Amino acid sequence: MRRRSRRVMAAGAICVLAAAVAGCGSSSSSSTPGVTATSVTFGTHQPLTGPAAPGYSEIAPASQAFFNYLNAQGGINGRKINLIYKNDEYNPAKTVTVVHELVLNEKVFGIFEGLGTPTHTKVVGFLNSSKVPDMFVASGCACWDDGTTQPWTFGWQPNYTIEGKILGQYLKQHFAGKKIGVFYQDDDFGTGGLTGIKYEVPASSIVSTQPYQSGTTNVAPQIAALKAAGAEVVVDFTVPIYTALGQLSAFTLGYKPQLVVSNVGIDPTTVGGLLKTFSKGKAGTELIEGAITDGYLPSVAETSNPWIALFAKVHAQYDSSAPFDGNVEYGMANAYTLAQALQLAGKNLTRQDLINAVNTSGSKLVGPGLVPFRYSTTEHGGYGGVEMGQVRNGKIVLFGGPLVTEPNESSPITPYTTPQPAPPSSGVSVP
Amino acid sequence: MSALLGRLRAPRSSLERSLLIVLASGLLLFLASEALSEFNDLQLASGGYYFVALAGLTVLTGLSGQISLGHGALMAVGAYTVALLIGNEHWALVPALLAAVVVSAVVGVAVGAAASRLRGPYLAGATLAFAIGLPALADKYTNLFGGENGLVINPPTPPSFLGTNFPLERWEAWIACVAVLVVLFVLNNLLHSGIGRAFRAVRDDEIAASLCGLHVGRVQTLAFIVSAACAGLGGGLLAVVLQLAAPGAFELALSLSLFTAVVLGGLGSLVGAIWGAALLVLLPTWTNNLAHSFSLSTNVSANLPLAIYGCVLIVAMLLWPSGIQGGVRAIFARVRLLRASEEN
Repeated sequence: MRRRSRRVMAAGAICVLAAAVAGCGSSSSSSTPGVTATSVTFGTHQPLTGPAAPGYSEIAPASQAFFNYLNAQGGINGRKINLIYKNDEYNPAKTVTVVHELVLNEKVFGIFEGLGTPTHTKVVGFLNSSKVPDMFVASGCACWDDGTTQPWTFGWQPNYTIEGKILGQYLKQHFAGKKIGVFYQDDDFGTGGLTGIKYEVPASSIVSTQPYQSGTTNVAPQIAALKAAGAEVVVDFTVPIYTALGQLSAFTLGYKPQLVVSNVGIDPTTVGGLLKTFSKGKAGTELIEGAITDGYLPSVAETSNPWIALFAKVHAQYDSSAPFDGNVEYGMANAYTLAQALQLAGKNLTRQDLINAVNTSGSKLVGPGLVPFRYSTTEHGGYGGVEMGQVRNGKIVLFGGPLVTEPNESSPITPYTTPQPAPPSSGVSVP
Repeated sequence: MSALLGRLRAPRSSLERSLLIVLASGLLLFLASEALSEFNDLQLASGGYYFVALAGLTVLTGLSGQISLGHGALMAVGAYTVALLIGNEHWALVPALLAAVVVSAVVGVAVGAAASRLRGPYLAGATLAFAIGLPALADKYTNLFGGENGLVINPPTPPSFLGTNFPLERWEAWIACVAVLVVLFVLNNLLHSGIGRAFRAVRDDEIAASLCGLHVGRVQTLAFIVSAACAGLGGGLLAVVLQLAAPGAFELALSLSLFTAVVLGGLGSLVGAIWGAALLVLLPTWTNNLAHSFSLSTNVSANLPLAIYGCVLIVAMLLWPSGIQGGVRAIFARVRLLRASEEN
């Protein structure tokens, strides 16, 4: 009896499992998933917890807030924009799972603003083979910039190599002859930035390059190595938490090089908050005061800028629980670009329409960005440059005017002088 | 009446019984994979790789009485073997998966030999250290293992005779299910063989077992090898399904959740491992949906799934101390008792 009942149980268990799995299935079969006459739904993977969460976890809610602002005015082409965001903890293995869930189970129209280089690289293949729009990845990796083999993926923020080049040119001009060290995340984010720096700065002046693995909790060995190499300028290609950890380690070692940080790792509210938390209130933004950085959106400290005024208004109305910082601005500016693309794609929205719209008109889009986009059928790279900046009194101040270039060694760095237009009084404006 | 029943239950060989179970489960899984949506096929595939790893762990902990908090690391061994062989050496899928089994079994020999000398909390501690330490190798040798970024492999392509529109997810589910059936067959036979009895003898009383002529250390090492091979196969399947081997997939949390899944499912039972695999696949989705159904701030709702998971664990262990399978068995026993008392 025992044996037989065990067998029955085994079969029963399999049946229950199969039924349970089948039970969660949803079978909707419209022509294009995620779009109706009155709504369009995007999904995104974000680090809501984990090492990249500080600061970056504000991005998707800010995008949602901007969509809510647009939705309250009737949406885009009569459609309200929804955003489903899932937590991938900045863990590539989780990214794969949640993106499959978004596309196959939640049936989203596309993925928007998927955050992170190590994470998003793992789903680009799936999204392209499934022909799912992969809009405006929240990472400056050069890996998105390939319209030929990845026609469904678009970058948004400046390519890290472009950013590294422009930072590198500044170092060459203002810190000539100084010993330079680089502290970078050991993936395409950090190595892309390092490549850009090396295009501009002579190899002899780079005395040490120190990688860290995302997820590690101790970066003291890397900072000590930079100090030992005698680096007078340290360039950080780091996410905010590692900018903070690096500065704390330097502070402990009594090491005070000129700091240069990629725009993704310097938001003063985020880094200052982290420094305060880690040091139990003993340190704050003063540890990043004077750091050289860059930006491609107006600084949130520039309250007179009409875009900042708009974002501040939306923030106060829809996202007031978050601090108004660079991350919130990022989420709203990216949301604005997506809304523009949807506007261009027209009333009869299909996935291909959205891609075509960005391919043909994306480079003419103007908005909160200080520089133009590099979009065409073959180029999917995002903003084409940055303006140099510095942390002064705990705020980022941009100076010198926007510069644009291409992510290769030979192309020159040139000023971009077209003035930024003001935002429309409602909705979005498209060319 | 009882004589008739007795004839119906005439002892079949365990080989026959295993084959029957495997064929029946295979048919069920095939029908399920056909009926399921692409996403559910993917869940089935995930359930498959979890089951393979859990089946090994349940043999180790439930039958030979050794604890391992390091099975996530053994899965990593399998996953990286597959990723390196398919990605760099362009091996075919099946040989790569077999290689994953072999490599992780070899690692299992080393860990198992150490494990057979340790007891209780010391064994737990040693395997825990293994779980923490091994994935860090990926960060140490970034050129080979790709650091946190991990190694990416191309998705397995369904054979052309299945048609061009055959969903990749269903193909992955099939691959995982075939592995599940193979493991089910092998382990079920093993458990009903002399080796299985030796495992149980060692678990129940080491001194008695050695008095019977069993070499306790060797039996324990063998159990570890079997279990490591299963974990390696599970990890290899994981790499195929996720198309990725990265340290993030093999965090300490994985080792711990594997262990909780076998305990929750029902230690020592292959059916319990099925329950455990179902929990590992479905519980995170459920807790996430539950967490999002309350309109809470992002900070709270992002961390809530973990809290809910903990609560489910506590409640389940209070209700069914011997796991879900133990609970199911108790219900069956109760029903049988009721029926017997009615007959009297």
